[in-house]
Amino acid sequence: MNHEIARLYETLKLVVGFIYPNEIELGWNLLIVVYPYITGLVAGAFILASLVKVFKVKEVQPTYRLALLTALSFLIVAPLPLVVHLTHPERGFEMFLTPSPSSAMAMFGFVYVWYLMAVLLLEIWFDYRKDFIVWAEQEKGYKRFVYKLLSLFTRDTSPGALSFDKKAVYAITVVGIPSAFLLHGYVGFIFGSVKANPWWSSVLMPIVFLFSAIVSGIALVLLIYMVAVLVRGEEPDMACIDKLASFLFYMMIVDFSLEFLDFVHRIYQSEESIHILGQLISERLFVSLIVIQLILGMILPLVAIALIKMFKWPAEIRRLSYFIVGLLVQFGIFSTRWNVVIGGQLFSKSFRGLTAYKMAVGGVEGLLVSLGFLILPFIILYVLIRWLPPWEKERAPSVPSR
Amino acid sequence: MKRDRPDKGLDKSRRDFCKTILLGTVSLAVPGSILAATEKKGLSDWYGTKYKPAEHLYAMGIKVDRCIGCGRCVDACKRENNVPDYPFYFRTWIERYIETEDGQTIVDSPNGGKDGFKAPASDKKVFKTFFVPKICNQCEKPPCVQVCPVGATYRTEDGVVLVDSQYCIGCRYCIQACPYGMRYIHPTKRVADKCTFCYHRTVKGLLPACVEVCPTQARIFGDLKSKASPVNQFMRFNKIFVLKPGLNTEPKVYYADIDLEVR
Repeated sequence: MNHEIARLYETLKLVVGFIYPNEIELGWNLLIVVYPYITGLVAGAFILASLVKVFKVKEVQPTYRLALLTALSFLIVAPLPLVVHLTHPERGFEMFLTPSPSSAMAMFGFVYVWYLMAVLLLEIWFDYRKDFIVWAEQEKGYKRFVYKLLSLFTRDTSPGALSFDKKAVYAITVVGIPSAFLLHGYVGFIFGSVKANPWWSSVLMPIVFLFSAIVSGIALVLLIYMVAVLVRGEEPDMACIDKLASFLFYMMIVDFSLEFLDFVHRIYQSEESIHILGQLISERLFVSLIVIQLILGMILPLVAIALIKMFKWPAEIRRLSYFIVGLLVQFGIFSTRWNVVIGGQLFSKSFRGLTAYKMAVGGVEGLLVSLGFLILPFIILYVLIRWLPPWEKERAPSVPSR
Repeated sequence: MKRDRPDKGLDKSRRDFCKTILLGTVSLAVPGSILAATEKKGLSDWYGTKYKPAEHLYAMGIKVDRCIGCGRCVDACKRENNVPDYPFYFRTWIERYIETEDGQTIVDSPNGGKDGFKAPASDKKVFKTFFVPKICNQCEKPPCVQVCPVGATYRTEDGVVLVDSQYCIGCRYCIQACPYGMRYIHPTKRVADKCTFCYHRTVKGLLPACVEVCPTQARIFGDLKSKASPVNQFMRFNKIFVLKPGLNTEPKVYYADIDLEVR
């Protein structure tokens, strides 16, 4: 008897009430929790970057490039948990070759490629193009070649070319905002469109996903910015940090309202599934939903930012509070994804019982691999920051004369 | 000074460029589509020359009152279709419903009912009790087929939902989409697996294994397009019901004498 079967026998003991016999094994596990969490961070970070370019929020300019690079690092990792999760990853490419037009999931590849190639990479390239050229001039050896390659061997730094770059960045951001909405709203749709599952099936699902994505993205960039400033020994830009926290606050209010609406709607409609969903929350998701997602991940951060806004606390305390808020929000949003993905599979579609999720530590679908996927984006981000410094100081001040 | 205007040439090359891009994109998709098309043609090897799938539409009738919960159908199914003999993988199973006098409903299906049922452990007074065989509903509007990203699961012309095990990528979206919990990942093939109405038998005119072995004829199988078929007789002489009608999946497994507690 192999591991998997042994684990299912263990799970069998934890079943409460009646479930259909095939429901003991959860189809989607931790890897599928990581996937919407990561795509959410991508969409959120990009929306933050677009605040600068499209909505002209000058205060958050210091985080503009950092947000773009963060989005890119996470986007590179986003499809990995999906592919690894397939029982036949070698056939995964069929999704591009013979996509089924009726399947929501079949569009993932196209949405992903569009977002990566047509939005993120293009925007980063246009924004960095001049710097690539300047850095190529300054560097020697292989670094010089890498920067030349990154600039795609363009050398035009005339005012006309630079103003074109600027316009291009603006245009791409304008296209990018709906694309970021599409990327994550679409992930929400994959769950929201499953009519067989009352925990998922909700027209609000894509919108809730989207706003929680924006919340997690802003919080992440806030965290990374504060850590980066600390590591670099620079003076943090408090106006920027305060502004980020404000946006985080507003987005959390929207997110909270949407989730509250969903909750009230379910209770008021009180459909056939209401009893089992109540049992699901009280017996299986109490800690992850009520304690982590709602209290620690939502209410506490909201109260903290509100207090900071009301009383003018000194910068030191504000920074510390924001840092804790950022961390709490990350845990909260990760829990949100957990509660959707895992929670949605813990109750039987017979509405008569609950199963359990026994997480493996090793193996492809285990904890370690998922942790790896959560750490990998930071390694990619580190490399990107080394090669493409996102700090405003590093922006090439003037055009080299030639 | 008048500048040269190479516009015409530029336009032409731009058009060529667009054409190349378009051709390139299309040519990426073509081999896959051809492969998929030939894959479906493989079915005719099964049918032979005489069998015309479009002339049939299979369905099953289940007389709940006749089921005695012996579990022979579950056993026969596992043997006929090499379903792994663990209590987590079933193409068909039996549920026992016990409604107690205080209004509780207790449902169980130990090992899918394969080994029969023991007397209930509860000492509550029984109001009524009955068995319900479950099997893939072979929906006319199957959510599992709708969501499959690569088209590996499909509905045949004679109304059976199948999985192409050579093509399934194992994303498990179909498992999530099935309202009846009928699908599982086969632990050795590592692809989605489900009831096929014993398609390898039915296209030869044989009955599905579960129907064949049922000692009380609780399961009735037949062709809806043939007036004389047992399933049409069943439909005519019983008041019938389907599971979860509100989901608009249009099941092809019809139940007679079913209780409202059954989901």
